[in-house]
This record gives sequence, structure tokens and C-alpha cells, in this order.
Amino acid sequence: MTTPAVADRSGADEHPEEGIGAAVLGPPPQAPVLAPAGTSRERPRRRTGRIALRTAVVATLVLLTVVFIYPLVWLLSASFKPRSDVFDNRLIPKTFTVENYLTVWQEAPIALWLGNTLVVTALAAVTVTLTSALVAWGFAFYRFRGRGPLFTLVLATMMLPGAVTLIPTFLIWNQLGLVGTNVPLWAGNLFGSAFYIFLLRQFFLGLPRDPFEAAMLDGASSWTMFWRIALPLCKPAIVLTFLFEAQASWTDLMRPLIYLQDSDTFTIPRGLKALVDQFGTGGESQWEVVVTAGVLTTVPMILLFFLGQRYFVDGVATTGSKG
Amino acid sequence: MTAPSTLRTLGGTSRRRRPASTTRERRERRTALWFISPWIVGFLVFTAWPIIYSLYLSFTDYDVINDPQMVGLENYQRVLDDPKIALSLRNTLVYTALQVPAYVLVALTLALLLNEAGRSAGFFRTAFFLPKMTPPVAAGVLLLLLFNGQYGIVNEVLGWFGIDGPAWTTDPAWIKPGLVLLSLWSVGSSVIILLAALRDVPTELYDAARVDGAGYWRRTVSVTIPMISGALFFVVVINTIGAFQIFTEAYTAYFGAGSSSYSNDAALFYVIYLFQQGFEFLEMGYASAMAWLLFLIIMAVTAVQLVVSKRLVHYQGER
Repeated sequence: MTTPAVADRSGADEHPEEGIGAAVLGPPPQAPVLAPAGTSRERPRRRTGRIALRTAVVATLVLLTVVFIYPLVWLLSASFKPRSDVFDNRLIPKTFTVENYLTVWQEAPIALWLGNTLVVTALAAVTVTLTSALVAWGFAFYRFRGRGPLFTLVLATMMLPGAVTLIPTFLIWNQLGLVGTNVPLWAGNLFGSAFYIFLLRQFFLGLPRDPFEAAMLDGASSWTMFWRIALPLCKPAIVLTFLFEAQASWTDLMRPLIYLQDSDTFTIPRGLKALVDQFGTGGESQWEVVVTAGVLTTVPMILLFFLGQRYFVDGVATTGSKG
Repeated sequence: MTAPSTLRTLGGTSRRRRPASTTRERRERRTALWFISPWIVGFLVFTAWPIIYSLYLSFTDYDVINDPQMVGLENYQRVLDDPKIALSLRNTLVYTALQVPAYVLVALTLALLLNEAGRSAGFFRTAFFLPKMTPPVAAGVLLLLLFNGQYGIVNEVLGWFGIDGPAWTTDPAWIKPGLVLLSLWSVGSSVIILLAALRDVPTELYDAARVDGAGYWRRTVSVTIPMISGALFFVVVINTIGAFQIFTEAYTAYFGAGSSSYSNDAALFYVIYLFQQGFEFLEMGYASAMAWLLFLIIMAVTAVQLVVSKRLVHYQGER
């Protein structure tokens, strides 16, 4: 039943699945799971001491969870406190007020900033996901001379510190007259990104070969095989790429600092930095305004996390996240 | 020669290779290049050309408005003489030397704890990851407020134990430790990586160690750490590269229009100084030379880590 046409495609690959350190994406859902979770670590060889130990561990973890979550809850809480109470470190405001939200709305074009960020984030995440998937598929499915060195080049670009290309990249956008617009914040993603290409390629390599053999027999085009078969089979990796980039793009400060000049074009982190300068360290000491804008900057990311929690945690475990 | 019982995947290795006809090979190559073309264009425009141009700029004086003027090695000479370069390098090295060990130690401790937590591990893992979602700008704001010497919660908690906490955000000696502590807050992603590695350690090894009478500490040092050394190394390398390029949190808290003041010499990290030279003073040539110095330093440090890792890191797949 083997169809040689595809069978030989898998041939001796010059890239064994070693990736960077332990960073190798697991098999897609269709593949048999290699090691079922919780094999026998918890074999019933526990004595009474074991239960005491487990309790101590969980108690420690609860304490640590409080430490990790406190800043976020504090931030949210502080945004509902009047100015005099911002620093009182209570988690439940003594006096509850929504006035800070009204103030920040009047003082800064918050809605505009949120809208700008949403546009940039959506464009950045969609484009990088699509183009990285295209490139990854080219490297995963086809065999051609020079593939090995070319893919090594893709990986090598990941090692380059962003600082080296920062200035020439700025000069390119400046030459194109696009400094001051949001284009430089996402258009670079039209060309894929090495980390995601690596991630998606690992995932494509784990796909079963049968559907593609069948499709080839049916005379399916290359595009059909990519768009109709490979992409749907790789949904988890696609979603993961989208989520990673959405987070990276939403939270970026350096590029908005470089490329955006007019307050109306700011993304929300750039806007928050402006508010820190004006209301915080700048001397007016209206920290409640800064804190409230901080909440508005952060909440969308928390929502994103809870929407894609499974993908984030599993994705980081298998790929090592983007830094 | 029939397919083995395991699933045949696109990446699977089968040694059998049919000599493909050249027309087919050419067609396949063309299709592949179509798929890869976005990256090739991007590489040429946004990586290859910038590298070359950046190297060129580093030998020029360029302020964006006037054409670049060749100045030879002047920028590099300036890099060597500029006291702020020395300062920012020292700041960055101190920060990295503090941050990486602390971060890895905390990540490892949390992962080991989670590994013993049984079913509840999933919940705690989520809790530790959540701060990682916080935009670094917001983290910079939290740094200024939570670590505030007078009112911040950090010193309040220290006060419970009778410790008079330092002025984390204004005392130059405490600015870097404060930033290190802040960075520990987003340790979650590394915890997840290490936990995944811990779960891959074969149980037989622990059983064997137990039979030999090894206690928990002994098992951790002699079995666990060597078995996850690959993942640990990954975390160390990624974090070192990240620490060298610290920018957003420190810039948010200590630089910018408002804060021309107090403590920012202690928080002048290399990338912040590079950013200032390039985009605030428009010294594009000088900033390019700085970028190349950073590149060389990061490469050297990573190379040293790779060499050291050859001796220390054990990969499970290796035979």
C-alpha cells in the first residue's frame, strides 16, 4: 500500500528531531501519545510520611501562588481606590471608586490606544501565522537540494540580537515614509519569523503521511494539500503561533517608542509609558491614573491567556516559548 | 520493507530512496521555493541587508538627515573611551550575573515543588504562568509601586520580620536587585519547561536510586539534575541572552520624559544606552558600532556556555 511517490519524500532527513535543547514539539493529536502522563511516579509505595510531605508541598505552593498573584490583584484593586489610598496595600479598597477610569478616559485617548493596539496585534499575529506556516510547510514536506543549509540559516537568524538590525530596519521604514504609522509594527511579519517557522515545521513533521498520499493520488494541488489538509491537522500549533505573537505584539514597547510619534497613533503600552512620564515619575504623582491605565493594558492579556490557556501552557512546555 | 506498525509521519526517516527523475525533482524544488519565498524575501530585506548596512554604518557618522560620513574606526575608538559604555556594560553584567542564577534557581525550585504536588500541579502551574502575561511596561509600573521604599508592599512584608527594607527604586545600590526580583515574577514559562523535563525522567532511575538508599536530596542532585540538564541549559542560555538585552522594565521605571533625575545611572543598561544614542541623539553610526559590540559579547558568552555545557549537559536521547 505504500505509495513511493510520497514515501521517498520522508527520506533520510538531515535534521533529526533534536531542535534546540529539549525544545521539540510533541506529536499532533493524531499521533499516538508517546509517554502517557503520570506513569508511575505516584506508585502506591507511599507511607504516612508521604502524605505529610505532599501537604507541606501544597501549602508552600499556595503561599507562593499568593506572592505571584498578589501584584495583579493589587493593581486591579488600586485602580478602584482614590488617590490617597493607592499606596495602602489593601486588596479590597477602603473607598471604592470608578472615578480613576473616568479620569484616565478624559486625560488620554485610551479607547483609541486600545483600538490601535488591537489592529496592530491582529495584523501582526495573522500575518506571521500564515506566512510562517507557508514557509514551514515548504521545509517540512518538500525535499530539494540546499534544504538543510537553508533551514540552518533560518535557525541562525534566531541567534542574532535584535539590536544589530534595529537601526537599518528603522532606516528602511523611514525611507518608505512609514515611520509614524503602525505599518513597521506588523509588516515585517509578512515574511514569517524564524522561531515560528521552526515550531510549525516540527509540528508538520509529526503529521501522518497517509492523507497526503491519498490526496496526491487524487491529483490534489500543492496548495490544496497545504491549505485543506496540513493546516487543519496542525490547528494546535497554528493557534499557539497566533497566541504567542499576539502576546509579543500587544506587549511590545521598544518598537512603538521608535516608530510612533503622534499620541493618537500610540499603542496601549506606549500610551502607558507616556502616562508614567506625565502622571507618575514626571512629578504630578497621580499614580491612580497610571495604575488604571496599567489595568487596561494588562487585562486583555489575562483574557487572552484564559482563552488559550491550554495552548499556552502546553506550547511553552514543548517549545520553550519565545524568550 | 512494509511500513512498520508505528505511524508513518512526514518527518519519519526511511532509508529507502528512489532516484527521482530530474524533472520531478525540479518541479518539487520550484514548489518548495514558492512556499519558502516569503522567508527568503524577508531574510534578504530585513536580516541580510540590515547586517551589512549596520556594519557599514558603524564606520560612519550618520544622523539620518545628512548623508553618512565615513569616519573609519572612530566609533569603535569612542566605544572604548566612552565612560557611559563602561558604565552600561558594567550595569548589564552585574544584572546578568545576579539575574540568571537567581532566576534558574527559583525556576528549578518551583518545578521540583510542582513535580511533587500531584494533581494540583496544573492549577499552580497556571498561577505561576499568569504574571508572564503582564506587559513589561505594566511590570515596570508595578516595580515602582510595589518596591517603593516607603509605601511598597515588599518593604511592608519585610517589616513584619523586623527588616528595614531598602529604597529599592531610588538607592542606586538596590536598583538592580529590585529589577532581578521583578524578573523572578515572570519565571513561569521556565518553570513549565523544567517541569516538562522533570516528567520525562524515567521512573526506573528513581526506583534504582531508592533501592540504593538515596534520599530525596541525593536523588535530586545525582539523578534529577543530570537528567534535566538539557532543559536547564536551554533556560540558562535563553535567560542570559534575555538579561543582556534588558530594556522595557528598566526604561519604563527609570527613563523617559519625566525622569531626568536620580537613579538612572544605576539602571543605564546597554540596550537602553544604545536606544538613547540611536533614537534620542540620532547617533546612528555610533549606535551601530555599539550593536556590533553587543553582538560579539553575546556570541562569546553563548559560545562559552556551549563549551561548558558539552561537559555538563546530558541529553536523554544520546547514546
